[in-house]
Amino acid sequence: MKQTLYDKIWSRHVVTELADGWTLLFIDRQLVHEVTSPQAFDGLRLAGRKVRHPELTFATLDHNVPTDDQTVIRDPVSKAQVEALRKNCKEFGIRLFDIGTPEIGVVHIVGPELGITLPGTTIVCGDSHTATHGAFGALAHGIGTSEVEHVLATQTLRQKKFKTFRVEYAGRLQPHVTSKDMVLKLIGEIGTAGGTGCVLEFTGAAVRALSMEARMTICNMAIEAGARAGLIGPDETTFNYIAAGDRPYAPRGAALEQAIAGWKTLATDPDATFDRTLTIDCEQLAPQVTWGTSPGMVTDVTGVVPQLDQVKGYGRADVEAALAYMGLRPGMKITDIKLDTVFIGSCTNGRIEDLREAAAVFRGRQVAAGLRALIVPGSARVKAQAEAEGLDKVFTAAGCEWRYAGCSMCLAMNPDQLRPGERCAATTNRNFEGRQGKGGRTHLVGPAMAAAAAIAGHFVDIRTW
Amino acid sequence: MSPPRFLLLPSTLNHEPSTMNPFTIHTGTVVAVDRANIDTDALIPKQFLKLIGRTGFGQFLFNDWRYLENGQPNGEFDLNKPAFKGATILVARNNFGCGSSREHAVWAVAQYGLRVVIAPWRAEAGGERTPGFADIFRNNCVKNGVLTLELSEPEVDKIFGVIKAQPGVTATVDLPKQTLTLHGQPEQSFQFEIDPGVKDYLLRGLDDIALTLEKEAAITAFEQQHDVQLAPA
Repeated sequence: MKQTLYDKIWSRHVVTELADGWTLLFIDRQLVHEVTSPQAFDGLRLAGRKVRHPELTFATLDHNVPTDDQTVIRDPVSKAQVEALRKNCKEFGIRLFDIGTPEIGVVHIVGPELGITLPGTTIVCGDSHTATHGAFGALAHGIGTSEVEHVLATQTLRQKKFKTFRVEYAGRLQPHVTSKDMVLKLIGEIGTAGGTGCVLEFTGAAVRALSMEARMTICNMAIEAGARAGLIGPDETTFNYIAAGDRPYAPRGAALEQAIAGWKTLATDPDATFDRTLTIDCEQLAPQVTWGTSPGMVTDVTGVVPQLDQVKGYGRADVEAALAYMGLRPGMKITDIKLDTVFIGSCTNGRIEDLREAAAVFRGRQVAAGLRALIVPGSARVKAQAEAEGLDKVFTAAGCEWRYAGCSMCLAMNPDQLRPGERCAATTNRNFEGRQGKGGRTHLVGPAMAAAAAIAGHFVDIRTW
Repeated sequence: MSPPRFLLLPSTLNHEPSTMNPFTIHTGTVVAVDRANIDTDALIPKQFLKLIGRTGFGQFLFNDWRYLENGQPNGEFDLNKPAFKGATILVARNNFGCGSSREHAVWAVAQYGLRVVIAPWRAEAGGERTPGFADIFRNNCVKNGVLTLELSEPEVDKIFGVIKAQPGVTATVDLPKQTLTLHGQPEQSFQFEIDPGVKDYLLRGLDDIALTLEKEAAITAFEQQHDVQLAPA
């Protein structure tokens, strides 16, 4: 029987079959952050249970941490949540990448850069963007807090196998078009429920040509297409990423060679079949900009805000409500949309390559008058690397704010928030109502598009700007 | 801006275990929120995710739609209307619960008093069905004894029609028989499908972890032959 990458990882983690087609699946890594874990630890305490494998559990602080001054958390409720994770990690013997340590950062940035994320592993976290780790050919997905507790206690998850959906990105990306545009285009095509019940596997020449960091951006947003997990078959790019640099939790030397030999067997068999397939032509792909309140409400930067009844997958009432919230009208050119704020960061686009891309645009230029531009590195390591390369100087010279690592304005749990009516170009993953602050309006784009918009004060086509 | 209300709530200090209510037959008032893609940010905005207890979330369900800027209930929002007071069954459009994995969204749903959420699956070309609920949300509902009930779009349209014509209409969900009966004039019944494992789980109100720990021998055996690929850091 020909197998997909998903089939192979799945079959290597089956502990036992349960009734009604359910399976008990072994979990190799659990990543933990402060927001979705306190109730899980409480549950363990109440039942007198332990963490089965603290050595396979890694915790970091990201959602609540301030990015201006990390030594003081002024919000008492945020502070309580941070303190709760510290206490829980201490009590249950779990590693915590705390504020002030060189490892701290957004959970999905930290995992790959420390070598915690490896091909063929199963990874969970109480966070929907866990799909990010799928870029390594790891089966990774978000779970709820009850399941966090279940994995802490048992190192397993009760699961039913998902359908498989192959998305082939054919051809070659044109200059200035990025993996963010690839994934936004997909969501526009299949809708935010198009991948529900499926695991996506991204294939094709355009995917093979991407760096690991760019691949992570695609897998990160698999959940925005409704899919629990996104996968990319590991290849030389993957192995080189893991072998390079200081990744303390990845195998080294002979162990790495042996691991790579194993990882090479993970690729989907040539004749394996998928439940669904779709091909997207990358030759024609333009930079994407969302105009609505759902990631599937997206169009080319050269396009216009659509008419109410001309949006694939959304009814007239949904589009009307979205445009009312966004303060836009049909027919308006995307490049005429003016911005108050630009946010560059998050688990979607907060890695070093994203910052380099943005810095290349900011270099020698100035942020538009009255516009606020926030650059938030995804981790302390990304921050240190950016500073070593002088990118921070480029940002601050252009008039941007350069911050400490955290989730920041992606979901605005910390003090970085939009005010009602403010409009933001963001390199994040969700443009939901109120996501970046109550009444705030979010347009999702890639890092270079966000940087160019910060300078122009409105969206521009980065290809011709 | 008013101070965050949750700071004042003693219930947030509770740390009671999540005991799951078995689900068999349930009757209650049906309320509609006529929107597609209701995301978890809408179900519970992020400022309420900072609570470290498992209770006290019901009052924040649909916070930004349910309350006005001054903190008073928004009379235009159906959950606030007298006809729907105490509603325990919610009906909405497709892709309900998309977005974040936050179980807080389901705690808000359950603690508001909702036991059933209804959303339509969508028929796609080639006979495929797009589920009515986002995967993680649906999973989280099961863990909290909330039934996610899927019907076809025409069936859900009918329910919306009845609620509009007869606000305050009640319904009975019979999980063993897999039927939803809308007690309008005239009464209408719908048959629904459900994963047999999920049905069993809801009917019995099981403790997941205890069940899994019964497989201790299998887990231990697996661990002995499995390589987790962790470098000794």
